[in-house]
Amino acid sequence: MKQFDVVVVGGGHAGCEAAHAAARCGAQTALVTMKKSDIGIMSCNPAIGGLGKGHLVREIDALDGVMAKVADASGIQFRLLNRRKGPAVQGPRAQSDRRVYQREMLRVMETAESLSIVEGEVVDFIMNGQAASGVVLADGSEVRSKTVVLTSGTFLRGLIHIGDVSYAGGRMGDKESSLLAKRIESFDLPLGRLKTGTPPRLDGRTIAWDRLERQDGDDDPTLFSFLSKSPPLRQVACGITHTNSQTHDIIRENLEKSAMYGGHIDGTGPRYCPSIEDKIVRFGDKDSHQIFLEPEGLDVDTVYPNGVSTSLPEDVQVAYIRSIVGLEDAVILQPGYAIEYDFVDPCVLDAGLSLRSVLGLFLAGQINGTTGYEEAAAQGLVAGLNAARAAKGASPVHFRRDQSYISVMIDDLTTRGVTEPYRMFTSRAEYRLSLRADNADQRLTPLGLEVGCVGADRTKHFLDKMEKLDAGRTLMKAESFTPKQISSAGIKINQDGTKRTPFQLLAFPDVALEDVVRLAPGLAELDSEVGLQISREALYANYIERQKQDVERLRKDESYGIPADFSYSDVSGLSAELTAKLERVRPADLAQAARIDGMTPAALALLLGRIRYLEKKQA
Amino acid sequence: MDTIFALATAQGRAGVAVIRISGPQAFVCATALCGSLPNPRQAGVRALLDSDGSLLDQALVLAFQGPNSFTGEDVVELHLHGSIAVVSAVLRRLGEGDARLAEPGEFTRRALENDKMDLAQVEGLGDLIASETEGQRRQAQRIFEGALGQKIEAWRTNLIRAASLIEVTIDFADEDVPVDVTQEVSALLLSVRTDVENELNGFAAAERIRTGFEIAIIGPPNAGKSTLLNALAKRDAAITSERAGTTRDVIEVRMDLDGYAVTLLDTAGLRDGADEIEATGIERAVSRANASDLRIFLMEPDEIVPVASQDDDIFVAPKADARTDDVPAVSGKTGQGIPELITLVSRALSSKTQSAGLATHARHRDAMQMSLTALDAAVEWIGHGPDHYDIAAEEIRSSIRSLESLVGRIGVENLLDEIFSSFCLGK
Ligand SMILES: Cc1cc2nc3c(=O)[nH]c(=O)nc-3n(C[C@H](O)[C@H](O)[C@H](O)COP(=O)(O)OP(=O)(O)OC[C@H]3O[C@@H](n4cnc5c(N)ncnc54)[C@H](O)[C@@H]3O)c2cc1C
Repeated sequence: MKQFDVVVVGGGHAGCEAAHAAARCGAQTALVTMKKSDIGIMSCNPAIGGLGKGHLVREIDALDGVMAKVADASGIQFRLLNRRKGPAVQGPRAQSDRRVYQREMLRVMETAESLSIVEGEVVDFIMNGQAASGVVLADGSEVRSKTVVLTSGTFLRGLIHIGDVSYAGGRMGDKESSLLAKRIESFDLPLGRLKTGTPPRLDGRTIAWDRLERQDGDDDPTLFSFLSKSPPLRQVACGITHTNSQTHDIIRENLEKSAMYGGHIDGTGPRYCPSIEDKIVRFGDKDSHQIFLEPEGLDVDTVYPNGVSTSLPEDVQVAYIRSIVGLEDAVILQPGYAIEYDFVDPCVLDAGLSLRSVLGLFLAGQINGTTGYEEAAAQGLVAGLNAARAAKGASPVHFRRDQSYISVMIDDLTTRGVTEPYRMFTSRAEYRLSLRADNADQRLTPLGLEVGCVGADRTKHFLDKMEKLDAGRTLMKAESFTPKQISSAGIKINQDGTKRTPFQLLAFPDVALEDVVRLAPGLAELDSEVGLQISREALYANYIERQKQDVERLRKDESYGIPADFSYSDVSGLSAELTAKLERVRPADLAQAARIDGMTPAALALLLGRIRYLEKKQA
Repeated sequence: MDTIFALATAQGRAGVAVIRISGPQAFVCATALCGSLPNPRQAGVRALLDSDGSLLDQALVLAFQGPNSFTGEDVVELHLHGSIAVVSAVLRRLGEGDARLAEPGEFTRRALENDKMDLAQVEGLGDLIASETEGQRRQAQRIFEGALGQKIEAWRTNLIRAASLIEVTIDFADEDVPVDVTQEVSALLLSVRTDVENELNGFAAAERIRTGFEIAIIGPPNAGKSTLLNALAKRDAAITSERAGTTRDVIEVRMDLDGYAVTLLDTAGLRDGADEIEATGIERAVSRANASDLRIFLMEPDEIVPVASQDDDIFVAPKADARTDDVPAVSGKTGQGIPELITLVSRALSSKTQSAGLATHARHRDAMQMSLTALDAAVEWIGHGPDHYDIAAEEIRSSIRSLESLVGRIGVENLLDEIFSSFCLGK
């Protein structure tokens, strides 16, 4: 029998990141997954990043995680979304060669120190009283550990639907984990049901590419990892086509055959990732929808038609696909399908993603009601770090909302719970202007160094960069110029008598780095990356200052901790509904309580009163 | 949740005293006293009995079933004969049951908790209870009914709509969504801006209705200003004597004048060559008079005083009882001309309150002002086009936050709801 510090169940995006993070922290880690070939599988779209999601990938990288490096190594088209908008809302995105992604991920996992990969289906946990201390595999063997991270994705009571045909499965071609589902049921956790879908895959050789619009990647690709320089793989273009009224007619006529509309599926699906059936029903006045045809790799013929996920029967899929310009002769290699699965209401987790009711058990990824690789990976990272720390008896690391998208997501999940699959958006982050993809390393690498999950390479790279940035900032703030001097450098400015530094000037919407270099030629010596980085900071400096004040107010509320055994029913005047919500979420402090849906200032005042009363009684 | 009760009307002797009971056990507690309850929302007369079966009082009883009640819980109101002894006996009897005496403000707090009121409504309720005049009562009533909350909700809805239009161009940039929403967003922002500004402009008048208008009586020494003030206030507030220069300082009398709360200021007689103490008094009088909401000039038509008149100021001549000309005049001594003067004042105040808004507290004004500042910034950034939507969005967010603090609402995730109901998203 083997003894580990941490066992991670599931080799998906959450599992890989969790296992690697735990191992980086020095924990002896086992990654148990059904088959080795599961590792790095992209169940749906072969792409990483995007808006909000790209931020998550950068943050994972800042903590020396694996997703960014693997995505860079397998990227075949890189685009920085919102390139023309402010840096806070730019998001890197890349399409991957699916096979290279898997190969690279497997290589990274296999070569990691302190990390073993175990093949097998986990059917049970080894319980030590109320604590999880390992797993039991289908062949009866046991893997013992101090803590366990469960990342089983869509495999809990997974049910696949194509038209009116449905069968149990965790993903196309994989069986679901029914035995594990039973054990989880016995923990008496609040479970819910969600659904998601994927489009049919097309044979690229049967697409009339020459009749389609093209979308190329960026000329100067923006990679994910702070350590990457340029993409190693050849870059490709995507095609763009559209549905038309004929497509819509076919779908409308066959609606009742769709698993979604034929009443076969109970789970809630994501509103932002609707099936084509959904789009046509809900937005009936649109007579055309865009489709991106994304090659799944350099030496494979499969193409992913982004925008037409479906659960219609196969023959209807063929009919509607062939009604689309450029796809008249397209051959479907794998039909689209929908999948329904169980998730655990994440309100039962604390901010370190460990279950409050089962000691030593952490949950991460789609099992917590999220959707997307990046969301899964980011949670995996947090769960892995904390599982490793718990195994060593160290206190958990908690991230703060004003510090990262990772913590915005975890706080949203654990405070508000999930009613539809949760996806990251930049608009979820109230401190968006300071939580940028470009400064993820400045925000998080110091924390990574502190908890010991950052390797030597990155440490050196990061410290060098910080030194250059500091010197650059000093230079940018060193000298102030009069409005007159500023105008004569060709910068439009009010003659208001105020002297300004180049840093202050960069906050004006139409002042660019080149402009201030004309004003202070010494700045030309700055490394161009450093100069750009400082000008991004400068653009938002005033807002970031204002947000700092908000954060300070928040800190005050955070300083009122709510004891784990706090009895909400003892707070008189609290409505039954809020009492129930508070008991479900069990906020760690007053600030988190304030973020619960439907919370009112009066209720917070009551809570605060009670907290103070209890503190006084104890003192 | 505890069931609570308390005397809802003022302490002491009165015609009627109302005891309110609220909470899950309210019906049970009341039934213990009155045997049976009338149907909800219907009044019924019941004999309230003590534990030994003796009669406490014949009361009018009203029951409200939650959530359709003031607190959102089950509520019973006992309208008793307003004797101190009856009230305390019934309170004692209720205390023997499953309920406890409410803490101050606890009913209101429960109403707030159960979403029956927003913060501004609670303030309105406080104002309503404290209102002294008809104008104040009407104003407080409107706020209590949620008029301010509704207005803010409408602004907030528009701002959320504006924010969602911007966010969709940001968060769904790689999809089939509009790229430039500057026009639509500007229009929404500007319409809210106008409304907020109007409301702010009406703040001064609204605040005056709540706190009272200041009316200064101005005129040369010995014109009879103090006597006039006393006549208006119907009590001896200012010292009056025949010698010129008796009123050395500013004397204030608060009163209800035709439904308006006003503070009458009796100012020192304005004349040159006064002694030093009186000179300070005059200086103070001039500045107070200038800052007042309205001035009554009590003097002969050809007299001159060192206070400039403003738009709707009122001029009357003194000593109506002793004059023979037909200049409009008053006499504090005989009361001649007083009703006419009150009509003039009332008309002037009424025109000032035309513009009164719903924001009545400094807190309201500050929050609206902050919201407005953020809106202005947002409008400006929007004008720079889609490249700066990130900053415009931040300003809109800040504007919404300020408005929310006004009604005491926390947390917004309505933004995404708005986005998903308006746009077809998802590649
Ligand atoms: C059909 C489909 C469509 C999707 N569509 C989208 C989309 O449109 N947009 C989007 O953002 N995301 C989509 N996703 C979601 C995305 O793929 C997931 O969110 C993400 O992969 C979740 O990562 P995970 O690590 O939590 O789980 P997974 O990647 O699902 O990994 C779970 C792993 O656990 C292993 N496992 C499960 N049970 C056991 C067990 N008992 N013992 C051992 N190993 C076990 C499995 O073999 C698997 O390797 C889709 C997923 C599916 C299946």
